[in-house]
Amino acid sequence: MGSKLSITLLALAALTTAAQAQDKSSDIIARGEYLARAGDCTACHTAPEGRLFAGGRAMPTPFGTIYTSNITPDPDAGIGKWSADDLYRTMHSGRFPDGGLIYPAMPFASYTKVTRADSDAIFAYLRSIAPVNQKNRPHELRFPYDNRQLILGWRTLFFSEGEFKPDPTKSAEWNRGAYLVEGLGHCGMCHSPINALGGTSQSDAFKGGLIPMQNWYAPSLTSNREAGLGDWSIKDITDLLQTGVSARGVVYGPMAEVVHNSLQYLNDEDTRAMAVYLKGIAEGSSPPPANSALPTTESSLLISLGKTVYDKNCASCHGTQGEGKPPHWPPLANNQSIEMQSAVNPIRMVLNGGYPPGTRGNPRPYGMPPFAGLLSDNEVAAVVSYIRTAWGNRGTPVSAREANELRSAPLN
Amino acid sequence: MFARVAASAAVIVTLSAFDGAAAQTASQPPDTMAARVEACTPCHGNKGEGTSDVYFPRLAGKPAGYLYNQLLAFRSGRRKYPPMNYLLEFLPDPYLEAMAEYFASEHPPLPQPAPSEVSKDVLAQGEQLATSGDAARNIPACVSCHGPGLTGMQPGIPGLLGLRAAYVSAQLGAWRYGTRTAKSPDCMQLVAGHLTEADVTAVAAWLATRPAPANPAPVPKGTYALPFGCGSQPN
Repeated sequence: MGSKLSITLLALAALTTAAQAQDKSSDIIARGEYLARAGDCTACHTAPEGRLFAGGRAMPTPFGTIYTSNITPDPDAGIGKWSADDLYRTMHSGRFPDGGLIYPAMPFASYTKVTRADSDAIFAYLRSIAPVNQKNRPHELRFPYDNRQLILGWRTLFFSEGEFKPDPTKSAEWNRGAYLVEGLGHCGMCHSPINALGGTSQSDAFKGGLIPMQNWYAPSLTSNREAGLGDWSIKDITDLLQTGVSARGVVYGPMAEVVHNSLQYLNDEDTRAMAVYLKGIAEGSSPPPANSALPTTESSLLISLGKTVYDKNCASCHGTQGEGKPPHWPPLANNQSIEMQSAVNPIRMVLNGGYPPGTRGNPRPYGMPPFAGLLSDNEVAAVVSYIRTAWGNRGTPVSAREANELRSAPLN
Repeated sequence: MFARVAASAAVIVTLSAFDGAAAQTASQPPDTMAARVEACTPCHGNKGEGTSDVYFPRLAGKPAGYLYNQLLAFRSGRRKYPPMNYLLEFLPDPYLEAMAEYFASEHPPLPQPAPSEVSKDVLAQGEQLATSGDAARNIPACVSCHGPGLTGMQPGIPGLLGLRAAYVSAQLGAWRYGTRTAKSPDCMQLVAGHLTEADVTAVAAWLATRPAPANPAPVPKGTYALPFGCGSQPN
């Protein structure tokens, strides 16, 4: 009797331990899924209409087309034979488990900052998804970029390996934000100037730049004249990151994708931490806007035509004083995205219109109509010149030629 | 005296309550689908009736299931038109469904058919194909799927009225060359694959001459049997 009881108890204990272990492992998987979203893995590793993480998405680069890889646990086509060590090494050092060099389209220069624990959680999550037997498609890179040895040069110039080191002079919240922005968030991939070698130099981190192949301008996250968030409230920043819309402006273009696939899923604490960090890195002073390349007489003609175009086509939503009806119809007055030195984004918004992403916080966003078919190059330049200079905005006029050039910008 | 003061106070309270409500409404866009689909209107018209551009189709009154399938196809890039692909890329399914239902429920009048630019013979050939098909070439009649009145069938088969010849011809061309595709079995690709360029011109021209029927609404699901399987209209 006694021994039977103890066997039962032992069995119960074993069951409880197994259940606890299972709980723990499902916690890790859930955490890994959350972190994979923070890293926006799906944006690249899932093709349109494709299976989750089966890769095959074409990534156009100035050097040719890269096809993303299958990261499902399929043993042949995916990463089913990898260990947690392998994933960590790949994220951390930008090399495949066999030592092969990875093209820096994979943001390992950011992912190197990810902790071992977070990498392991992402690994546990990737192990838990459905394996897909879909072979990786070879890249189509032009000579000489098809030679992976060239990556060594890129690495020397632009890659410094190492996990995130917290700054002890800053708050835990600031450091958490820094970890997410600089690491998994890989914000610097777009929000830094990209030089001819396809790299981002540390000193220019978060200083903004034109995104290659997409022709959208990723504004500086440090200059308050661009997307620097120094004079934004924390609530406006978290609204923008979580829902895609805010009292100060809405996300569009490639940033809409980031909010849609990644940022909307982050919890309130992490979003706030990112906001605190982003607000903190904004620099108070920045160079004054460059003078317009246009002669003064041409500018004033454009601006006067621009007011006519604006009152007829734009004022019904954005208001006669550019005040908008935030957050859904964004204000244009005191909107950095309109005023900043590069006029690429405002011109493209007028031409192409756009919807902010549909998110959990804003599932039915309002959209901006495309005006490419309704306005001439001259009218586009005029209305953009007007909104960049009216109501105290400190932007510069743009030419019809700039408007014309962006008509052919790629849309997807 | 007391009564007058009370009455004035009541007026003030009422006025300020009214002001508050008005200010709140004025500071936000209308909470309607019409305001949310304004991005669609430069090309498709305020109520989806179409615009003067002959390549942009009428949306109004088409079956919601058909419109929803198109929105999904544009979002995923299966149906290629970069301005549409771009606008829809990050919109969730339920919202696309609501957009489809919005345009399906709009019923602006169908336009007067424009005089045709093709010869009577070509129109006659178009009518023959559209109403009877050509069994020898495996071409079913348009009416066998799109309905005797060409008004379409719920939930997935579109009406063919109120579209300009240029649009229909461009779409049939896209089906023929495989740049427009739909869920398998892709019935329109099969049909269009049997059409010659002359057939396309004739059918598109004849369809554009059709006057509005008394009831332009798509017929209910299952009103008639389809001649073959269609991925967009599961039985």
